[in-house]
Amino acid sequence: MKALRFTALGYLAALILVPVGVIFYRTFERGVDAAWHSVTTPEAQHAFWLTLLMVVIAVPLNTLFGVTTALLLERRRFRGKSVLNSLIDLPFAVSPVVVGLALILLYGRTGWFGDWFADHGIRIIFSVPGMVLATIFVCLPFVVREVQPVLREIGTEQEEAARTLGASPAQTFWRITLPAIRLGVGYGVVLSTARALGEFGAVAVVSGHISGVTETATLRVQDRFESFDPVGAYSASVVLALMGAAVLLTMNILERRRRKVA
Amino acid sequence: MAIEATGITKHFGDFRALDDVSVNVPDGSLTALLGPSGSGKSTLLRVIAGLEEPDSGVVRFGGREVTHVSAQDRGVGFVFQHYAAFKHMTVRDNIAFGLKIRKQAKDKVKARVDELLDLVHLTGWADRYPAQLSGGQRQRMALARALAVEPEVLLLDEPFGALDTRVREELRDWLRRLHDEMHVTTIFVTHDQQEAMEVAEQIVVVNDGRVEQAGPPAEVYERPATRFVMEFVGPVTRVGDRVVRPHDLDIRHEAEPGALQAMVQRVVYLGFEVRAELLPSDGPALSVQLTRAEADELELAEGDIVWVRAGRAPASA
Repeated sequence: MKALRFTALGYLAALILVPVGVIFYRTFERGVDAAWHSVTTPEAQHAFWLTLLMVVIAVPLNTLFGVTTALLLERRRFRGKSVLNSLIDLPFAVSPVVVGLALILLYGRTGWFGDWFADHGIRIIFSVPGMVLATIFVCLPFVVREVQPVLREIGTEQEEAARTLGASPAQTFWRITLPAIRLGVGYGVVLSTARALGEFGAVAVVSGHISGVTETATLRVQDRFESFDPVGAYSASVVLALMGAAVLLTMNILERRRRKVA
Repeated sequence: MAIEATGITKHFGDFRALDDVSVNVPDGSLTALLGPSGSGKSTLLRVIAGLEEPDSGVVRFGGREVTHVSAQDRGVGFVFQHYAAFKHMTVRDNIAFGLKIRKQAKDKVKARVDELLDLVHLTGWADRYPAQLSGGQRQRMALARALAVEPEVLLLDEPFGALDTRVREELRDWLRRLHDEMHVTTIFVTHDQQEAMEVAEQIVVVNDGRVEQAGPPAEVYERPATRFVMEFVGPVTRVGDRVVRPHDLDIRHEAEPGALQAMVQRVVYLGFEVRAELLPSDGPALSVQLTRAEADELELAEGDIVWVRAGRAPASA
């Protein structure tokens, strides 16, 4: 047992703790001031702001879509249900780079809907809307897949009991179903948020990398690194890591509450 | 409020759960839907509650058609086998749910809930969560929740099925007494014939999506309409090509016309009751139920040759 624990911890340390530790070390190697200065330039601030914008748009939309889809899949019978159910996993299966390319094929200058949007003065590719679409796509499955098993587990009896007691479908959802699945929803939101924060590939393809305009935090890390500005790259990474840590902390608290309730 | 379900048919995919079923439940009565699992009895109850819509047929409450009225508007109290407790609400909030949905005044809700807590002996448990209650307590809470809105119809789907024997018997008595006090038209589903006999005023025996027989417990037991009812509502034994109740057999030491000759294989004393196992000269073994007094008078011993024939009630062939 002891050897097993040692191996597991050693594995984690080598693969996660050491790299993250090195990043922190390199960031503050030349003093806190340099790092601070690097993450507070207008371009850096814009990048963090843009990353948060992705989260704030993509996560609520995916939550809404996720809860609705999970309800459809678990509570309704309809044609094409199994097709829909397997489509949900597509974003997990398709490489983010491919997602980005697909968006360009659809909305790019020569894409299927490119002309229509261009005629209406809307720019999707190499602009924020395309990046939001890419983020939504890669985060799509989380809420659905977290909520589905919870819905299955709670069954339909509580909902039916509420109906016989005079509750409308909406009242039943808000007062019975949602409170019963809230931890599943919370968990899905946390996972979506973490994914949206860290997304690189799909967003990289459609963003165009315009510093201060379409550059998210992850893209900035790459940009700084390639511009021979290691402190800039490391310090931006640290901010991203801290955002991720906050999300993970939230997940841990939720997990603890879930265990307490069950 | 009287309940009439007429010509109810319901399919789930290719499976025919109910096949042209008609049931009449008089106002204020306590009726059991009795049948084996998969017989369609729960589906019938859910059709009456509005939780399932029948493919065809009509449901009437007090003469008014409600077939297409949603469960939300049907105003029935429904109790589920597994309680369907709202896990994130306290006992008090569970019971108050229907009243709050109806937007009743706060003090009125509180007064009504207190009254119900007292009725189901859960006053000290009002602020607990369902997870902190025993099965029996949860089911009493579910009953109080269903009764809170003063439904004219109370429907219970295997309400005692998930409880252990002692609690089950307690709750049975309690339901019986409750019904005597409130006279709300009540239907409960059960697969336990003894439970149906003990609690119900009327029994509807359901099998294979059809009604086999409906009537008072004594009638269903004594004059079963079909072979299925005969075998389902009580113990049976075969005498030649007839099926009878073991206590409807007479044993004599003398030969009699129409009686079957048999040898006593075993005599089992079960307190007040005595069971004699007989092996006829031809045909399968049969068992006869006697009172202690009858057995003592006969002085049966293993190896005795006796004559046995169906006594009292006419039995179905």
